Amino acid sequence: MSEATREVDAPDELPEELIAEHGLSPDEYARIRGELGRTPTLTELGIVSVMWSEHCSYKSSRIWLKTLPTDGPQVIQGPGENAGVVDLGDGQAAVFKMESHNHPSYIEPYQGAATGVGGIMRDVFTMGARPVANMNALRFGSPDHAKTRHLVSGVVSGIGDYGNCMGVPTIGGETNFDARYDGNILVNAMCVGLVDADRIFKSAARGVGLPVVYVGSKTGRDGIHGATMASAEFDDASAEKRPTVQVGDPFTEKLLLEACLELMAEDVIIGIQDMGAAGLTSSSVEMADKGSVGIELDLDKVPCREEAMTAYEMMLSESQERMLMVLKPGAEPKAEAIFKKWELDFAVIGITTDTGRFVIKHQGVVEADLPLSALADGAPVYERPWVPKEPQVAPKEVPAADGPLSSLEALMGTPNLCSKRWIWEQYDHMVMADTVARPGGDAGVVRVHGTNKGIAVSCDVTPRYCAGDAFEGAKQAVAECWRNLTAVGADPLAITDCMNFGNPERPEIMGEFVAAVKGMGEACTALSFPVVSGNVSLYNETNGVAIPPTPAIGGVGLIPDVAKMAGLALTQDGDALVVIGETKGHLLQSRYQEWISGKLEGPPPPVDLAAERKAGDFVRGLIRDSRVTAVHDVSDGGLLVAVAEMALVGRRGVKLDTDMGDLPPHRFWFGEDQARYVVSVPADGLEALLRAAEDAGLPAKALGTVGGEALTLGDEPPLPLEALRSTYERWLPAYMDGGREK
Amino acid sequence: MKAAVVVFPGSNCDRDAKTVLEQVTGTSPAMVWHGDAELPKADLIVLPGGFSYGDYLRSGAMAAHSPVMREVVARAKQGTPVLGICNGFQVLTETGLLPGVLMRNRSLRFICKDVRLKVERNDTIYTRAYEAGEIVTIPIAHKDGNYFADDETLARVEGEGLVAFRYVSEDGALDDDANPNGSQHNIAGLYNERGNVLGMMPHPERLAEPALGGTDGAKIFRSLLEALH
Repeated sequence: MSEATREVDAPDELPEELIAEHGLSPDEYARIRGELGRTPTLTELGIVSVMWSEHCSYKSSRIWLKTLPTDGPQVIQGPGENAGVVDLGDGQAAVFKMESHNHPSYIEPYQGAATGVGGIMRDVFTMGARPVANMNALRFGSPDHAKTRHLVSGVVSGIGDYGNCMGVPTIGGETNFDARYDGNILVNAMCVGLVDADRIFKSAARGVGLPVVYVGSKTGRDGIHGATMASAEFDDASAEKRPTVQVGDPFTEKLLLEACLELMAEDVIIGIQDMGAAGLTSSSVEMADKGSVGIELDLDKVPCREEAMTAYEMMLSESQERMLMVLKPGAEPKAEAIFKKWELDFAVIGITTDTGRFVIKHQGVVEADLPLSALADGAPVYERPWVPKEPQVAPKEVPAADGPLSSLEALMGTPNLCSKRWIWEQYDHMVMADTVARPGGDAGVVRVHGTNKGIAVSCDVTPRYCAGDAFEGAKQAVAECWRNLTAVGADPLAITDCMNFGNPERPEIMGEFVAAVKGMGEACTALSFPVVSGNVSLYNETNGVAIPPTPAIGGVGLIPDVAKMAGLALTQDGDALVVIGETKGHLLQSRYQEWISGKLEGPPPPVDLAAERKAGDFVRGLIRDSRVTAVHDVSDGGLLVAVAEMALVGRRGVKLDTDMGDLPPHRFWFGEDQARYVVSVPADGLEALLRAAEDAGLPAKALGTVGGEALTLGDEPPLPLEALRSTYERWLPAYMDGGREK
Repeated sequence: MKAAVVVFPGSNCDRDAKTVLEQVTGTSPAMVWHGDAELPKADLIVLPGGFSYGDYLRSGAMAAHSPVMREVVARAKQGTPVLGICNGFQVLTETGLLPGVLMRNRSLRFICKDVRLKVERNDTIYTRAYEAGEIVTIPIAHKDGNYFADDETLARVEGEGLVAFRYVSEDGALDDDANPNGSQHNIAGLYNERGNVLGMMPHPERLAEPALGGTDGAKIFRSLLEALH
């Protein structure tokens, strides 16, 4: 590397404000000073501050995340790499992860969301997988909030432009509006890739004296301190943080994807890591730490797009579309030829060493010389104090409106239950020509290219339930994801999680986090649905007001034969509709409660995991035996909303005629009890299906008959499907167009 | 039938084109890198969808000047069939092989959905497997598909019967509601005078087998196979 270098030129002391600006507590600063035996340089301070940030170190969450189940016969790679990997059989595997880009998306929605999508795709193709499906889970504030329309518009077009240009289909997701996200929206992006199980790439830089190679885009000053920003609360001055948001270039990422996959087909890569949060710093630390080696970088070799960048800036830049690789010695020319073909930068910028130290040289000066052990595993871990939340007192009964059908019509036009077509039509959901279940169903499904196998994907969480009870709410998120995968006929395999919470330094927020992790863990264990990757986003608060606990779950399942996939569209007049699972009429925290009383209160519906498993396994069996013609899980809005969605997609009416038992109609039709599915079955199969359910010990109840062009129920005037459709489709486009007129 | 699919940096429907060609013709196409001035002998040249060069200048504008396009233009002028899909259509207008331009959609948004198309003629190499006037379902996925040409060009295109496909409603009505992007005369696809070059915004390769929800797109490739075998 560079010839004569001077020793580290450490200052005598660093100003306290500078340390505080870097988000390091006095204790943390004392700790690094102790490790070094001297004052850190500015570059070292920067490196330590990002590596020890909440975003990179998981210092508040780590001890709890360790309690989650991560194993199973289907798991090839659990948490700890760029993404998790599950077995799809036949030597193939799915690589997937979900990640948040909340703070940047609030400050600059288009670029924030776009780079979130770019980052998660990089995580997947870093492991050697070709991305085959994207999804996202979005939470916006109240539609009445002044910024909401702008944020929806920017986030959706940012996600669309990046994924569309990459040529990876975005096959679904979920979107909520809730005033509790007014000051902190959530943008959680998930990517699933496909890889041969024996061609998975990891990040460890094993071996000394190996070339460390930089590829992709040039380094600029964008995104400096993004990871630190994502580890702090917002206040009224947060818009000033716009320069910390990165700028995305999906075209370069597409080239990077193709170049990396082309190089991965050769046998030359020892370790590879994308430059995400904390860019060059975290990628090199991670590779060296995992490979138990040291690393020495010469920043004079780093391709820069701006002049006179300092070591501090280069080490903290979060410029996008960059990768770091450790190659086999002598492989540089072959690798360079591939990257040049794709018109990307390629530079050998360093070497692995046996010193266990992270050494940064720039213009003949040693700018940093840090022990790697202090940066990664040696980062602080906190057992933050936490308090359990007081259980919510159940309010008195939720009032009933007249007529379930007229209630349904009103509900289907509300921001949270209306059609999200306006969003998903901006995402290319068909590119790659393997999308066999498009957005709008319970799960999106892409075929494994060239086979009949399908990968089912779903993103789920119900934040209002988590606000009511983080433990039950987190169980419900996992259960609903499992149910959505089951409803298309998939075997649920594993999940990735995106843990979005407020400030963990507040014991009540930490209490929510702890409860959510415990709830998830219980559900994952009961449903054999382990966690293989994930991400934590804390400090989602503005001026001391936190978001509802939002543990978003992204699940992946396998459909052995897509010819036997189920969908929610009613397909045949005369079929009988049946609800599987018990209807108890739980209206607290329901969409109905919100609509009729303007409030969301009380405990959420409890989740009986044994009942979930039993109902799901039963329904999956029906699908595999081709005994049902349509399947839909019952979730937001309850039974009648589920029936209405099946009718709208299938363009067939339903004559409802059922025994509601002791329940009043509003509780029967709009209660959000869990572990339920609506299935349609040919009329001559109804008896046998009800008997099979009884044999399995599952409640099942006939709801009515498919046919006609309306929903009919009791004495109420029929609700014509076309009227319902127009209500259902109208709200979101009208809301978004309203913005343009103003 | 041997086809060649041109791959630009940023193409992303090249594999989809390859897949449908293999399914329908039973022969793998040659995949030709844009930087190669050498274009193998081919019965059909496909310019696939995607975002060539990121579409950062004007959609298709950079690709139109890439080395391989000189040869594509020369072959097209000699009569070799050239099919441009989505970004490929944009490239064809940028090279001048087809008249007019594809502007930003009138909604200013990207749109991905199935649309109904009317097959204007079935006496071409691309449409002989359809009925004339048939209403078919094929998806679109673009942000810049709003076809525009000056009045004189439009009159010539219509007069010479060069419109291949138009956006229509489910029952075949040619109205503004059925027009997803604001294209003049609801134009979704266009031939050159000689009929060997077709540019279209919809993606026939995406609805070419039952598992994907339809097979109307396959007929374009079946037509070509019949005409060129």
